[in-house]
Amino acid sequence: MASIHSFGRYLPEQVLDNRELGRTLGCDPEWILQSSGIEERRIAAPDETVVNLAVRAAQSCLQQAPAPGLIIVASGTPERRFPGPAAEVAHRLGFAGVPAIDLPIASTGALFGMSLASQLAPLYGPVLVAAAEKMSGPASAAPVDKNVAIIFGDGAGACVIQPEPGGLEILDSLLHSDGAYSEELRLGFAGPVRMNGMAVIRHATRKLPEVINEVLRRNQVSSDTVSAFLLHQANRNLIDRVARAIEVAPARFYSNISRYGNTSSASMLIAASEWHESAQLESGDTVCFAAFGAGFHWGALLARQS
Amino acid sequence: MSKQDKITEIVKRISKKTAAPDPEESLFDSGYLDSFALTDMVTELEHEFGLTIPDTDLSPRRFESIARIEHYLDSRANT
Repeated sequence: MASIHSFGRYLPEQVLDNRELGRTLGCDPEWILQSSGIEERRIAAPDETVVNLAVRAAQSCLQQAPAPGLIIVASGTPERRFPGPAAEVAHRLGFAGVPAIDLPIASTGALFGMSLASQLAPLYGPVLVAAAEKMSGPASAAPVDKNVAIIFGDGAGACVIQPEPGGLEILDSLLHSDGAYSEELRLGFAGPVRMNGMAVIRHATRKLPEVINEVLRRNQVSSDTVSAFLLHQANRNLIDRVARAIEVAPARFYSNISRYGNTSSASMLIAASEWHESAQLESGDTVCFAAFGAGFHWGALLARQS
Repeated sequence: MSKQDKITEIVKRISKKTAAPDPEESLFDSGYLDSFALTDMVTELEHEFGLTIPDTDLSPRRFESIARIEHYLDSRANT
């Protein structure tokens, strides 16, 4: 049974708060907070690439981890069409020759990466999953949509998944995609992020609780026994809505969106990395990861402390 | 119960407010709806009036007020 060995994260130094962003966009900082739950977000330096972000996050989780036999890098905001960042991330980490795969599916990239890693680890050995995004640029590109520009930030998260049990063992994962909604949340080769907010909310508020309940049901785990839910940090109101839908106290949904905004594929692993530092898990405790995003893609992953 | 009354009851139920909004009143400005409550309201409208509201019709402007919601439902009934 594959297990999560370690987590890592990297957040850029520059902080952009709602007051400054509100001035730029011509909107009320209080409105930003009320509609998203975000108070501030991090902005990558101009010379910080997605590769840089991924490498920094990966380094922080590889410190005591075994060398990976496979590397998966999720990013919806690479600097070029191809090659994606994965091969360069592998090279910069000193793993040239190790197979490296790109997952350019934005918000659900880390979840899909972890699910694939758990199934590929028996074949390749430890798998490094890194997710890195520079969303701030595309989110605020012209023509500006304030509802989009307020949400996103930059950052990277990572984890190492090993083929052996121990630590957080991955019990199961469920992945879904439906390209009928591929136009509802998208980033083209030029221009800003485009989002039909109502459609995204409509589907996320239904599909996230459904897939969480689905993975719990498949493993005979009831939602009220799950120690922590680690979701893609899309919007605080959405996280609260999912908590209500599955009848779990919002406090069990770890959230750092107020400090980092929505960092797309990176957000779930950034949250997991922070949460794990202070989590006091006991043997048998379960943790549920879940994400919904552009595609649409969505899924959930269930893990249990050994 | 008229169509407008049914819409008003749905809005009150979703918003958990007891006071009925004015038909021309902005439901967003008055705090009856936000983005998330809008999707809940759309689901209830679908159930109450037996129609499917496509994602492409989900713009806040279309559901801004009781009057606009009624206008939208009338337009759907005529197609």
